Amino acid sequence: MVQELTRQELLRYSRHLLIPEIGLEGQRRLKTASALVIGTGGLGSPVLLYLAAAGVGHLGVVDHDVVEESNLQRQVIHGSAALGNKKVNSARARLEDLNPHIQVETYPEPFTAANAIEIAQPYDVIIDCSDNFPTRYLTNDLCVLTHKPNIYGAVFRFDGQASVFDARLGPCYRCLFPEPPPPGSVPTCNDAGVMGILPGTIGTIQATEALKILLGIGTSLTGKLLLYNALDMSFEQVILKKNPACKVCGDSPEIRALIDYDDFCGVSAINHADGPGDPAWDITVSQLAAQIKQDKNILLIDVREAHELSISHLDQAKNIPLGELAGRLDELDGSREIVLICRSGTRSRRGLEVLVGAGFTRVRNLQGGINAWAREIDPDLSVY
Amino acid sequence: MPVIRMPNPLRPYVGGLAEVPVSGKTAGEAMEDLTVQFPELRQHLFKQDGSLRAFVNLFVEGRNIRDLEGLETPLETDTVFSLVPAIAGG
Repeated sequence: MVQELTRQELLRYSRHLLIPEIGLEGQRRLKTASALVIGTGGLGSPVLLYLAAAGVGHLGVVDHDVVEESNLQRQVIHGSAALGNKKVNSARARLEDLNPHIQVETYPEPFTAANAIEIAQPYDVIIDCSDNFPTRYLTNDLCVLTHKPNIYGAVFRFDGQASVFDARLGPCYRCLFPEPPPPGSVPTCNDAGVMGILPGTIGTIQATEALKILLGIGTSLTGKLLLYNALDMSFEQVILKKNPACKVCGDSPEIRALIDYDDFCGVSAINHADGPGDPAWDITVSQLAAQIKQDKNILLIDVREAHELSISHLDQAKNIPLGELAGRLDELDGSREIVLICRSGTRSRRGLEVLVGAGFTRVRNLQGGINAWAREIDPDLSVY
Repeated sequence: MPVIRMPNPLRPYVGGLAEVPVSGKTAGEAMEDLTVQFPELRQHLFKQDGSLRAFVNLFVEGRNIRDLEGLETPLETDTVFSLVPAIAGG
């Protein structure tokens, strides 16, 4: 149903109305259009801000996190006043202030195979602004199975990727990446960092693609993957083709309904397996503090990058960056109890796998990393 | 010499280089040379059976080698190709 624009809206969107490719008709289309944004983080922030400003009439926002201090370097939809609040509420307040003529629906819950179809049902396009592989495969399969365009963006440090996956017209995300990397083999932004402005660039490209699709103008990134490197300031487009053997959109698809994506991505295995991923290999900061006090001759190995030590470190810990660990095993005394430390406990778990794989048995992973130590044991240390 | 463009996640394994010159007449030979120059990369790029891992793509002049002749895809001496791994950050 085409909706008329009020006098105030005509004024607000006048710079769109001047463009022949958009004009009054296009602006009316945007008012009736809808977009679901999965995640209100680094990518979701610019996507939501620009779609709201452009006058997309119905925006859905899915996120179950709360706003944290370390988000504000890139998640520009949130401000300091929203610290500790649910991200969807913070986003809604900003969007309603930016454009009171649109409707914002919030979903403060994890996006899962159990609720994805129902949440996504009313929306024209789905915009993948998530930060993990299970959600990316879920979003892809959902879009293939329900015939919706998946507007994709992803970032890592200085690298960005963007595409439009629409299985009706071209390849899907699974055609490009049939399987996810093993858990832990590709670090997340939480562990590896991300240049704050990078998701701004990629998110703005996703918003551009969404607007073009909703308006029916231009040529989309369907069948193409845009690669961006901020350090080199290089943009490259590569061609993507449909994979006839794709398990969800190929000639004889195996996946005909949403599956367990944590399981598919191996996340549940690493959380529950009886290997180094098992919490039984963990030591808590209070246990470690007690053991150090008893002078248990513990060897502390900090597997973070050297430049992180200036933020916080334990004096007695020896630094061997994770990437060097496998090549420096001869520096470790296997007769002593070894405790591996990193920022939050993720990289040290991978270090644990390296050491256990090399035959070390008296190894523990410091749960929560040096940040947990700073929070619970030594408040003089910084959390980052 | 063909040149491989390195994505940021893999640059730590090649001494931080953005591009690595390699020798070889096919994509497979070039990748072999890359992993001889930087042995630590092998486990990240290849499965034990020698095939490319499913979350890594190799694009030769903008086209995925999976859509060409795979690791047998021939290279010109001035071919520039890009390694594209799956990334998930948002």
